[in-house]
Amino acid sequence: MARGKASIKSYENQQKRAAYAFILPNFIIFTTFFLIPAVYGVIYSFYKHDGWSKPKFIGWNNYKAILADPVFWKVLQQTFVYAIVSVPLVFAVSLLLAMLLTQDGIKGRGLMRASIYWPTMISTVIVGLMWRWIFGENFGIINYLIQLFGGTSVPWLTSDFFAKATVIVATVWSKAGFFMIIFIGGLESIPTSYYEAATIDGASKLRQFWNITLPLLKPTSFLVFVLSIINAFKEYPLVLTLTGGGPGDSTTYIVQYIYETGFIRFKMGFASAASMIMFVILAILTLVQFKIGRGGEV
Amino acid sequence: MNQRRNIYAILGSLLLILATFVFIFPVLWIVLSSFKPGNELFSYPITLFPKNATVENYINTFNQYDFLLYFKNTFIVTVTSTIITLAINTMAGFAFAKYRFRGRDLLFVAFLSTTMLPTEVIMSPTFTVVSKLGLYNSLWGIIIPPIATPTGIFLMRQYFLSVPDSILESARIDGAKERTIFWRLMVPIAKPVISTLTIFSFMWRWNDFIWPLLVISEPKKYTLQLAISNLSGQFSIDWNTLLSASVISMIPVLIVFLIFQKNIIDSMMSSGLKEG
Repeated sequence: MARGKASIKSYENQQKRAAYAFILPNFIIFTTFFLIPAVYGVIYSFYKHDGWSKPKFIGWNNYKAILADPVFWKVLQQTFVYAIVSVPLVFAVSLLLAMLLTQDGIKGRGLMRASIYWPTMISTVIVGLMWRWIFGENFGIINYLIQLFGGTSVPWLTSDFFAKATVIVATVWSKAGFFMIIFIGGLESIPTSYYEAATIDGASKLRQFWNITLPLLKPTSFLVFVLSIINAFKEYPLVLTLTGGGPGDSTTYIVQYIYETGFIRFKMGFASAASMIMFVILAILTLVQFKIGRGGEV
Repeated sequence: MNQRRNIYAILGSLLLILATFVFIFPVLWIVLSSFKPGNELFSYPITLFPKNATVENYINTFNQYDFLLYFKNTFIVTVTSTIITLAINTMAGFAFAKYRFRGRDLLFVAFLSTTMLPTEVIMSPTFTVVSKLGLYNSLWGIIIPPIATPTGIFLMRQYFLSVPDSILESARIDGAKERTIFWRLMVPIAKPVISTLTIFSFMWRWNDFIWPLLVISEPKKYTLQLAISNLSGQFSIDWNTLLSASVISMIPVLIVFLIFQKNIIDSMMSSGLKEG
């Protein structure tokens, strides 16, 4: 009996050792490239640091400098506007597409699904370039079509307003397919009997949408919102190749601001402090969504 | 009633066809334009199809720039990174699903919570770590940092949770070591989820931009995305080169997409994965 216990013990130990060994490689990478940088990030944000010379402790000065920087406020506001406009648009377009694709009797469903999903596989660098070519002021096809129908060409990339709009169009194009697929998954999990019963009760399509589809789609919607807001806040490669952040700095968003202060102007401490501010904003936004959406539970 | 339903169905189908066209048109336009000779690219009236189709742009792209080299660099990064990603995440996901050990739940939450935050928020300190480890301006600097993707652990763990414990138990009774159980028994069972992660990892790494931008300074070590964005950064853009370079860079991902299309879409629908 005693021997049996001991061997169970050693058997369990053997398994524990195996578990740690299996996790170890991942843990090392995670610690080195996430945990340590995260700690460093907090520390750096209180230092003057250019990446080479010895960092110098300056307390809250980086934060003060950022909050006093009008460019920061402009960039932050633009990031919010970009998120507030693009997130609901991506949401609506991807939900609409998902609903259209889950109707009965659609022919060529697979091909259409694949065509709409494909843009999400293309790198955002290429997406930016593509739209820059399409929205080009003199030789772009969009302006050509506008002129063909008697309109005047639009300065898509050289006017404040239109550049912002173009970035949003490109965002919707490159993200909607991804969320569409997630929505299709959510829609397919709603039992058809709910709709059948509602139809018998004489509920209109619109009513069915509000009373059945939307409530039952809540977990999926929650996921889509959280992911697309995070996506919106980290946008950079797309604008870099589409507008370069311009004209002026009208399409510069927060990641570009952090990148440029840290890696072009070599103000690492300042960039770290800006990162911390971005972290706090995203953490608050995510928490608020969790509170409102109760984690997406129905 | 029936007639109204028909109208809805027809309107829905029309809308879908239109949407499909809108989504696929930009890609088609880029591909078609890339076969137009230089003067035709900017000639009016614009035509959809090239009048004198040519592969001259593609030849020039390879002759003028080191595109073969960038292609090779990207390929090395993508393949190496994907192999390591698969290995370490399958291992970790399996351990989280099938073993009980101290600190398991805390560690899992720690891994998962990192999915909530974009790595961009710790860009500059990560750069410091990368350069202190001597990985600056090296392909390893692009390969290693993103391989411990929490998405990978999560995906694997979910899958292994569905594998019955009894399979492991009977292997143990037969005297198999834990290592053997993992490689001989679990990895073959996990084929579907491994192929899903392969596709995602391939796509993420092939399209990576911010990391390579930070880590690589020497043009000889550029990846495709870096090289392409660098071409477009200048004031005068060589569209002939850029369009064909863009098309070239899309091809490997297109191949992966076409082969695994159904897998990708199915696994997306069931797991709701995030990018990156």
